[in-house]
Amino acid sequence: MWLIDSSIGRKVIMSVSGIFLILFLTFHSIMNVTVLFSGEAYNAVCEFLGANWYAVVGSMVLAAGFVVHIIYALYLSILNYKARGTNRYAVTKRQEGVKWASKNMLILGGVIFGFMALHLFQFWYKMQYAELSGVPTGDFHPADGTAFIIQLFSQPLYCVLYIVWLAALWFHLTHGVWSALQSIGLNNKTWLPRLKCFANIYSTFIILLFIAIPVLFLFGFRPM
Amino acid sequence: MEKSLNLTLKVWRQAGPKAKGSFETYKVENISTDASFLEMIDILNEKLIGDHKEPIAFDHDCREGICGMCSMYINGHPHGPDGEITTCQLHMRNFSDGETITIEPWRSAAFPVIKDLMVDRSAYDKIIQAGGYVSINTGGTPDANAIPISKVNADEAMDAASCIGCGACAAACKNGSAMLFVSAKVSQLALLPQGRVEAAHRAKAMIAKMDELGFGNCTNTGACEAECPKNVSISHIARMNREFLGAKFKD
Ligand code: HEM
Ligand code: SF4
Ligand code: FES
Repeated sequence: MWLIDSSIGRKVIMSVSGIFLILFLTFHSIMNVTVLFSGEAYNAVCEFLGANWYAVVGSMVLAAGFVVHIIYALYLSILNYKARGTNRYAVTKRQEGVKWASKNMLILGGVIFGFMALHLFQFWYKMQYAELSGVPTGDFHPADGTAFIIQLFSQPLYCVLYIVWLAALWFHLTHGVWSALQSIGLNNKTWLPRLKCFANIYSTFIILLFIAIPVLFLFGFRPM
Repeated sequence: MEKSLNLTLKVWRQAGPKAKGSFETYKVENISTDASFLEMIDILNEKLIGDHKEPIAFDHDCREGICGMCSMYINGHPHGPDGEITTCQLHMRNFSDGETITIEPWRSAAFPVIKDLMVDRSAYDKIIQAGGYVSINTGGTPDANAIPISKVNADEAMDAASCIGCGACAAACKNGSAMLFVSAKVSQLALLPQGRVEAAHRAKAMIAKMDELGFGNCTNTGACEAECPKNVSISHIARMNREFLGAKFKD
């Protein structure tokens, strides 16, 4: 099967799963910012995405997207490590114009994954999982997202941890956004610099939406 | 202005493909800043031969930047620190007196070392043999401009055709990927009418060969483009991806 056997096929999977995850992040970040305007509105979103069948199906598709992206990331990284051979260069220099993120996607992905486990435990486990299983795992009603956010981000340590996480995600996205388009062939000489610029703007936009919450909480903001 | 340099060289020495290699340190003195890098190695080799020692084996042929033979990884860059040139075009004025220069062979699983700084780059030839040609009969020479070709395509094809198959792209790539080379060859032919006919088949055949030979998967770092002596652009990689995906979806 060419999506597994050929290098470009493998990159298509990487790219499509990556774009899918970016679309998810876009929705996630927009939904999050509602909490800055109204705790009630945010809770309505939480209610809507609780244990309803469409939210559960959505979560499963999303999880599958992550699994595919991560399995392919590991598979590609192993193949690439082998392609480099057993002898390594004694002296290596990063070329001008080659971004650090582009050479460290796996490390960035690993950081993202680690914090994601923490994040799932702190929110998903206490919200959608609690609602599905009927076991109350958090201190509040499973759809009271606002209360969970206030509880967690009242601790500056977690604000800082989430900021670090989002910074890693920002780096991953600044390369990922344009690289995903290049991988499926949607690029040329004129569009290459434009797509790189678009990638920076788009990643910054998403991450600003996300990061606004822990940053504002760190400075004492609380939702109404 | 001509000056002379005294340098310390750390050179990779390896007796044969299976032997274990290591760095040897040499001192060279009174090297003119006008000398080329290969001339500097020639001077060192003369000295080694005079001392009844084995000279350093390295590939070279045209010594004017067109054959792509002179593969050397110099101070962390294929073809040395200067941009858009091959090793044979590198001048000693790029180095400063007293500097230590580390010289290594290409290191990539698909380019095994033959001896010292010499590597087997025939993997690139095998990729060309898999489809980097036009096999249809194009008849006699047509009238000029009988088949109009846009200036944009003509320029892109020309840029792609400037690739000399030197291997710096795969050597510089952290993934050992040959995509820049293969995409240059695919593009150069796909952009022009004679090559267009077999474009889909060619892309599939050359990519299959590239994967079979153990080159890595491109993650678009752009190191290849930055190190390419002919400034081949990674936009050719996007074109090849497009060609390949188009062909696969048609199947
Ligand atoms: C929300 C999370 C994530 C998003 C939005 C995302 C997005 C992307 C995108 C768009 C690409 C570019 C694909 C391409 O070049 O074709 C990419 C590449 C990559 N991702 Fe992720 N990713 C995420 C999480 C992860 C995780 C958890 C891991 C790891 C374990 C990971 C590892 C990688 C690696 C290694 C690459 C480079 C692979 C390559 O280009 O061949 N990513 N990611
Ligand atoms: S694309 Fe550039 S670096 Fe790669 S083989 Fe051709 S000339 Fe050398
Ligand atoms: S010797 Fe021919 S390109 Fe350097």
